[in-house]
Amino acid sequence: MIQVFAFYLFAALVILSGALVIFSRNPVHSVLWLILAFFNAAGLMVLVGAEFIAMLLVIVYVGAVAVLFLFVVMMLDIDFAELRSGLTRYGLFGALIAMVLVGEMIIAEGAWSAGAIQLAQRAAPVSADMPNIEAMGALIYSRYLYVFEAAGLVLLVAMIGAIVLTHRERRDTRPQNISQQVRRRPQDAVRNTNPPVGQGVEL
Amino acid sequence: MTEWFQSTFLGYGFGWFVATTILILLIALPLMLAVAMIIYADRKIWAAMALRRGPNVVGPLGLLQSFADGLKVFLQETIIPSAANRGLFLLAPIVTFTVAQIVWAVIPFGPKMVLADINVGLLYILAASSLGVYGVIISGWASNSKYPFYSALRAAAQMVSYEVSIGFVLISVVLWADSFNLSKIVEAQQGAGILPFLNGFGFNPLLFPMAIVFLISALAETARAPFDLTEAESELVAGYQTEYSSMSFALFWLGEYANVILMCALNAILFWGGWLPPVDWAPVYAVPGILWFFGKILVFFFIFSWIKATVPRFRYDQLMRLGWKVFLPISLLWVFLVSGYLMLTRYAA
Repeated sequence: MIQVFAFYLFAALVILSGALVIFSRNPVHSVLWLILAFFNAAGLMVLVGAEFIAMLLVIVYVGAVAVLFLFVVMMLDIDFAELRSGLTRYGLFGALIAMVLVGEMIIAEGAWSAGAIQLAQRAAPVSADMPNIEAMGALIYSRYLYVFEAAGLVLLVAMIGAIVLTHRERRDTRPQNISQQVRRRPQDAVRNTNPPVGQGVEL
Repeated sequence: MTEWFQSTFLGYGFGWFVATTILILLIALPLMLAVAMIIYADRKIWAAMALRRGPNVVGPLGLLQSFADGLKVFLQETIIPSAANRGLFLLAPIVTFTVAQIVWAVIPFGPKMVLADINVGLLYILAASSLGVYGVIISGWASNSKYPFYSALRAAAQMVSYEVSIGFVLISVVLWADSFNLSKIVEAQQGAGILPFLNGFGFNPLLFPMAIVFLISALAETARAPFDLTEAESELVAGYQTEYSSMSFALFWLGEYANVILMCALNAILFWGGWLPPVDWAPVYAVPGILWFFGKILVFFFIFSWIKATVPRFRYDQLMRLGWKVFLPISLLWVFLVSGYLMLTRYAA
């Protein structure tokens, strides 16, 4: 009873905040609605017993991705009227993607109710007494080890690529060298002299 | 307690509801009292180190100073700047305050003394504490004023940077304890020191450097001195709190100190044995675990105040350098070392 109530609450809020991401006039508000949508999606994950995925969703998407997103959107000076006019241009394309997604959902539901999928004979049957994290770890680091490592490698390449593309060497700056500064001693910098009158010091 | 309520006339569902509500109040109300007293302690410690007296007028020894401040703030008018984004401006302090409270749901105060004993407790804390930055960012943007905005940008960059190394520190602790559950992490620390009678991962030479990295990252995560660049009063007035007054200001203040106490508690739980006494010797177990836990929190709070009173503020580029170029490689290397050590010893079979 309470699960049903929670499911409809979370699901309704996901859809509502997802719609408000598109329809709110202010891009910062859009990002905040997006965060609410992530949150409620995490709530749905908890309801199906995938607490690890739920926490990762909050940590990765809400805690890191959306922060950077908000960071960028806050600093942009956005012309709202121009943004509105884009809606008609991209509206058709968006509707097309939405239709494809709906079609896929119908196919998935059809395949499910046709009864061809036996839950106990899945590639990775779920055992109820094993915590999420252990179950995922046991699969990722044994059966899917190479795929997992390959995914990590792809991300590493993407990261290095992003750095190479955006990094530029600036020769006009003089960054501090911390270890050099710490190593510096008074006798390296200070010299005691006793110059004769009228001659001064040679620097 | 939940079982007792469920066995009375309330029935299963409603009994659970009543019991949980009482437990939440049992955590949240003392927490607010603790925040008031810890603000007083902070000011007293700071004053003592600066050879001042600190608050000493309201009540005996000034003990009621925080309550007087709270009452004063409560009676003030809430001023909303006319250029501010009204809804978000009022939402921001609520977010900060709420997030600082919900994290306490998974903190174990003693054996079996925890509101939500969930498997992913540590991830829950990481998730909830990564939300804390939203209160700051939203307030900075919604204030529509330049100093809060600078502060919000600094806070966003700072918290995201230090969360990375905190994550790796937590991974090495989790590897050693073999669980994400905070109660199990504490239990795994019994006799985990270099000498078998010491309780706590911090007494283990392999994990001790991580305890130091975590302590410093905790300072940065809660924006305490020397990392308080988000509210550096010499540069940014009061940072993201500049435009706030009255209760909306007080909520920021309460949330911030609740977060500081939380980080002290996490230091105690993750590295220094939580509710366990420091030595594994039968007579000291006579002292209730919750007292050991509170004692450890107070020790860490004293260290936090001590640092605040003695260390000058970091420059922003130095803060970023410390996070990305020092702590991140160290903590990554340590995840490698810890997992390698466990691979060769515990899982050598």
